[in-house]
Amino acid sequence: MVVAPGPARRAMVTAGLAVLVGLLAIGSLAIGPVKLSPLVVIEALFGGGGDVQQVIVQEIRLPRTILALAIGGILGLSGAALQGLLRNPLASPSLFGAPQSAAFGAVLMIALGWADVRSYALPVAGITMAFVSVFALLAVAGRNAGLLLLILAGLAISSFAGAATALVMNLSLNPFATLEIAFWLLGSLEDRSFRHVMLALPFIVAGALLLMSQRSAFRALSLGEETAQSLGVDVGRLRLLVIAGVALGVGGGVAVSGTIGFIGLVAPHLMRPLIGHDPARLLVPSALTGAALLLAADIAVRLIPSTSDIKVGVLTSIIGVPFFLYLIVRERRALGGGVA
Amino acid sequence: MSESPFVRTEHLGVSLSGRAVLRDVTIELPRRHLVALVGPNGAGKTTLLRALAGLIPSQGSVTIDGVALSALPLRERAKRFGYLPQGHLVHWPLPVRDVVALGRYPHGATDPARLSPHDEAAVARAMAATDVVQFGDRSVTELSGGERSRVALARVLAVEAPVLLADEPTASLDPRYQIDVMRTLRAAADAGTLVVVVTHDLGLAARFADSVLVLSDGQLVAHGAPEVALSDRIMAEVFRVSAYRAAHQDSAVILPWAGV
Repeated sequence: MVVAPGPARRAMVTAGLAVLVGLLAIGSLAIGPVKLSPLVVIEALFGGGGDVQQVIVQEIRLPRTILALAIGGILGLSGAALQGLLRNPLASPSLFGAPQSAAFGAVLMIALGWADVRSYALPVAGITMAFVSVFALLAVAGRNAGLLLLILAGLAISSFAGAATALVMNLSLNPFATLEIAFWLLGSLEDRSFRHVMLALPFIVAGALLLMSQRSAFRALSLGEETAQSLGVDVGRLRLLVIAGVALGVGGGVAVSGTIGFIGLVAPHLMRPLIGHDPARLLVPSALTGAALLLAADIAVRLIPSTSDIKVGVLTSIIGVPFFLYLIVRERRALGGGVA
Repeated sequence: MSESPFVRTEHLGVSLSGRAVLRDVTIELPRRHLVALVGPNGAGKTTLLRALAGLIPSQGSVTIDGVALSALPLRERAKRFGYLPQGHLVHWPLPVRDVVALGRYPHGATDPARLSPHDEAAVARAMAATDVVQFGDRSVTELSGGERSRVALARVLAVEAPVLLADEPTASLDPRYQIDVMRTLRAAADAGTLVVVVTHDLGLAARFADSVLVLSDGQLVAHGAPEVALSDRIMAEVFRVSAYRAAHQDSAVILPWAGV
């Protein structure tokens, strides 16, 4: 059996994904209370068409589209990077509590009343807590952690972050703030402005650059940490950089969107049959897949008929969790012997 | 020239969580030499190999060609020391050729799909030497244990480092593969590489090695030609066995025979 698709096929898949993301982005700009045709969207995007269309596309919908693209992309990229770092197909930011911890940081800022849309308190708190959570995970699980250890530690950390968030809500004096936090936690891209984009994007881009800069090290890491080190990879430094990259990207994203789960887990899995298992080659396609998934989910919440808004974070988890269960069933054998 | 020391250690020691697992190892190893590193379980063989490759912190000094290991950046070390750990682990089902091509990583060839002709040639040589050319496109995870260990050997040969450190490369292989692996390492040594092999197989050590290092309880207790280093006294004191000795086709035959 030939396992790795050739370079031509990989390039085709990546190009196809990029086109898909482009189409979904246009779709995301076209769909809403006022339906616009794709042509009108493109025209309005570049300053043509009527004033109303321009305002709808450029000011109301574009920030949401950009955020869906960037946050979906960084989640997919972070998932692929963590799976590469830990050489483990079940690794993902949400499974390890990074988004939940970032959410706790952000919630704390909201409850304290420091979360002005112009201030960087929200992303900084989110990033800090995401960093702490991934760092804690690796510290608790140890250097050559098996599957079971990682999942247990991740479960503990995300539960702790959830409990800390609940405590903040519990102690919050203002019931409206509590309600705001509760809805914010569900994860949404609604009513986001360019201020939110400016708040999150620098961190997401910085995180993405950091993760991409380490991509070839993930390939060497396929042979284990010791061999990678003997090939010239500074494994300790790599770990820190990946933790920092994931924390920056996921923390920055979560700070404006709330928690959006399971995209980071799912995206690399969707790509492996098409791209192969090389962890370095999975990064860009996983980012594109993550972007496509979040754009699609964010379009879906606008199309699904319901009495109140469905939050996009709820939708990704509703779809993502069954997929995760399917993965566990598929990896059952490895999990059964995964203690060692 | 070939007998002048190439890798030299002075008072090399390693402590793991406060316990000295390697003490005061001073050795000089020339190029074009196959060295067998032997000793009972827990004697510190793997630790010595790791310390030589600079993979763990150590006391004392290691120099290669007169340059202190500690003065070399990680990538420069990686170019000089090829390291093959036990287990031959590959975490993802990667194609065999890509795994072997990772041997060129220290030389800046980080993408197996884009190798320079020079790197490509090194990969081809390594795959030919270990006879894995025919499964270059197959996934390394679907190979048998013996095939996988040959791929791992090809990976470390592809580094084309002047020093090759191999930790039990013949473990869990059938006799034919054990001989093939030792022959490949012997050929690398004859071509100018300093090869250090950890092994529990004293017979293979005696037959293929130019010299044998015997470690016991973290200390070097013997170093010399196989018949000298694996003397009756060492066999009895370190390995607690007696040995059957003979010569066959100009090679020493040393066979652990009975417990003492």
